[in-house]
Amino acid sequence: MYGKGLRPLSLASAATLTAAFALVFFYAPNDADQGFVQKIFYVHVPMAIVALGGFVAAGLMAIAHLRSGDRRWDVRSYVAIHLSLILAIGVLVTGAIWAKASWGHWWVWDEPTLVSFLIIFLLYATYQPLRFSIENPERQARYASVFAITAGAFVPLNFIAVRLAQAYTHPRVLSTTGGNLPGSMRLTFLVALAGMALLYVTLWKYEMASKHASAQLRALRRKLSGEEPPLPAGRSAAPSLAAPAQPVP
Amino acid sequence: MPALPLHEAGKYVAGAYVVFVALILIYVGIMAVKLSRIERELEELNELADSRGEEPREREPEREPEPVA
Repeated sequence: MYGKGLRPLSLASAATLTAAFALVFFYAPNDADQGFVQKIFYVHVPMAIVALGGFVAAGLMAIAHLRSGDRRWDVRSYVAIHLSLILAIGVLVTGAIWAKASWGHWWVWDEPTLVSFLIIFLLYATYQPLRFSIENPERQARYASVFAITAGAFVPLNFIAVRLAQAYTHPRVLSTTGGNLPGSMRLTFLVALAGMALLYVTLWKYEMASKHASAQLRALRRKLSGEEPPLPAGRSAAPSLAAPAQPVP
Repeated sequence: MPALPLHEAGKYVAGAYVVFVALILIYVGIMAVKLSRIERELEELNELADSRGEEPREREPEREPEPVA
């Protein structure tokens, strides 16, 4: 049951994000170098970290799917990638706004962090078309899991590669020296990161609960009417938690 | 590049936070559409269950009243 614990989780997400935004505008000082525009950092960076973490988590779920053959893991992985893609769009747009305010350009092509994130986004943007291109649900799930594992492994490798790059135009947040954030900014950032992570988990559970409810309804319709409910027209990239239809004898 | 003054930086900061909120609202909107579809299907199933519940009663033959002792 994916709806279990959704209410306290939703409340915790709302409270943490509200607290984070209050800290951003009323507690954290303005950056000495960038001034007020640095406030974008508190929404941009947590979104990026959670999106990338979601991609890696989707890869782990895909491993569980291939190991167990349980279709539920494929659906979990699909929803995690779906949500991370939405956050990634937010990262790209807020990043472009920040770049315009700080550097005077909407996009800087010779900046490794920006370009690497765009590569990851474009890589995952092919996930849905990949699923859509395979009609057989079992094969679709299997290929999608292989993709999620490969791409999920690429995310930390990409992160390390960018760290090793020499051009450091983009500021570093997570480093072995603890970054250069003063205490108040660090606290604000950590609260914003926790809020974003909670929001991600809440939305993931919402979508899983929705998929579970649809599958239950489908099963109930099958029991009541004694016939397979009609499938949506055409093939679909979205996996379902519903049990596959039994072949007609 | 020097730091932007507050009146100029404000619109960029507001823009970034509006993007975040808009994304969440769009997502919630999509989920609301899905929820309404589930609700509609549930209503259909409820009607189907009602109609199936009425069928056996219509077909049931009338019984003779049992004699009271």
